[in-house]
Amino acid sequence: MLSVVDVSVTYPNGVAALKATNATFARGQFIVLLGKSGAGKSTLLRSLNGLVRPTRGDVRNEAHGSIFASGATLRAHRRRTGMIFQQHHLIGRLTALENVLTGRLASHGFLRSLAPLPRADRIMALEALDRVGLADRALDRADELSGGQQQRVGIARAMAQRPEIVLADEPVASLDPATAVKVLEDLHRICREDGITAIVSLHQVELARQFGDRIFGLARGQIVFEDGPEAVGGIALDQIYQTHPAELAVAAE
Amino acid sequence: MSASGSFDTILAEERRSALRGAGLLAAIIAVCVIALGVTGFFDLQRFIESGPAISQLADEMIPPDFGRWQSWLRPLFDTLAMSIAGTALAVVFSLPLALLAAPNTSPHPVVCFAVRTLLAFLRSVPEIILGVLFVAAVGFGALPGVLALALHSVGMVGKFYAEAIEHVDPKPLEAARAAGATPLQVIAHAVLPQVLPQLTDVTIYRWEYHFRASAVLGIVGAGGIGFELIAALRLLNYDQVSAILLSILACVVAVDSIGASLRRSLK
Repeated sequence: MLSVVDVSVTYPNGVAALKATNATFARGQFIVLLGKSGAGKSTLLRSLNGLVRPTRGDVRNEAHGSIFASGATLRAHRRRTGMIFQQHHLIGRLTALENVLTGRLASHGFLRSLAPLPRADRIMALEALDRVGLADRALDRADELSGGQQQRVGIARAMAQRPEIVLADEPVASLDPATAVKVLEDLHRICREDGITAIVSLHQVELARQFGDRIFGLARGQIVFEDGPEAVGGIALDQIYQTHPAELAVAAE
Repeated sequence: MSASGSFDTILAEERRSALRGAGLLAAIIAVCVIALGVTGFFDLQRFIESGPAISQLADEMIPPDFGRWQSWLRPLFDTLAMSIAGTALAVVFSLPLALLAAPNTSPHPVVCFAVRTLLAFLRSVPEIILGVLFVAAVGFGALPGVLALALHSVGMVGKFYAEAIEHVDPKPLEAARAAGATPLQVIAHAVLPQVLPQLTDVTIYRWEYHFRASAVLGIVGAGGIGFELIAALRLLNYDQVSAILLSILACVVAVDSIGASLRRSLK
């Protein structure tokens, strides 16, 4: 479905956020990237739709091969790839519906998108809002909604693209635990129903076990394990959450 | 012991920064006083001698003479039209230039620098000079006034627009990009919706300013109520001057309140 080949990312400030990484994400699965902050989850997710350009290596999908082949290829890949952000990335002074319609932009040329989008797109956006339970708030400003509702609008915006893949970068990290579970349930249910491949970064082990079909553990810019949720136990968790033995040795000196 | 020692260091540092602040304030006040001195403000003699002249002028200005009010309606209307037309032209040219001048939407740093320089040049030419030039180019009337207002304002409005655009929240831009939006779509659907209230504010402020400025432009023959004002001044009809000034004031108040209600409805 989607694979990264020897991808490494070094930011201009010299931080090596991702070391040569290989991974293949299978179609239709709900995949969790698990790790503490700074482990490289965001960088890996953002390289999957080219928001971050890998310093080395390549990202490939079934339809296009390398997603970086051309500007048009990258946009075509992004059109079928929805993204959900930790801080939802909405425009506060626009309505929920207007924010969701951003997800329909890539289906239209620039000049067409200056006029109000066609009724069909507005219906798609409203359906997407309805699926996260917010159709009745469609005309409210985004900044009048609660945190959980704003993130649901973020999900609706991704779903309005009718995506094949959804990337979610810590989608519930800014929410309280109860709301976090509800929002993840919504996301999980919609991806199941539509057969969408979801790649979701999380830092909570319980949530990863509850929702993930497949869990990739990240630490220090590398994938340190890949397994099913039932197999993610003590040793695997030590690898991503405990201090690395080498660091312990350094600290002891 | 060591804690109270480090507290002393913090307090000493705080005292030093307070002293720096006081020193800066004293320097600013000194510069202002020097500037007033250089321009002759402390020459008491001139103020004392000016007393009779001022009271005579005031005598002649009061009461205002509204006798010719009917012949001012058309020039006032022209001035209003000039201010609106000048603002519209300024907006049309400022928006694309601002997008080229803001680092986050500019295609290239060189373009960004070149457009910023152009904007700085435009605002450094006073509109009264532009008015003289355009009167020479296209003749007397409202048209040279409108062109002068617009050209000068592009420099100012373009700069303010560019600053608003520069400070947008980058997150919605990233979201639009991630959804496959083209760079122009990102600008139209993620940048502009965020800055619309600021752009409206600048534009309406500029409209109010244009009304006052177009009154001045009449002085160089660029149409409107300013033409009547300078005529009355030349004929030493100070009671008409005060009446025209009051009419302009009334219009400015009206424009201000229309502007305020526009701002509210466009928030």
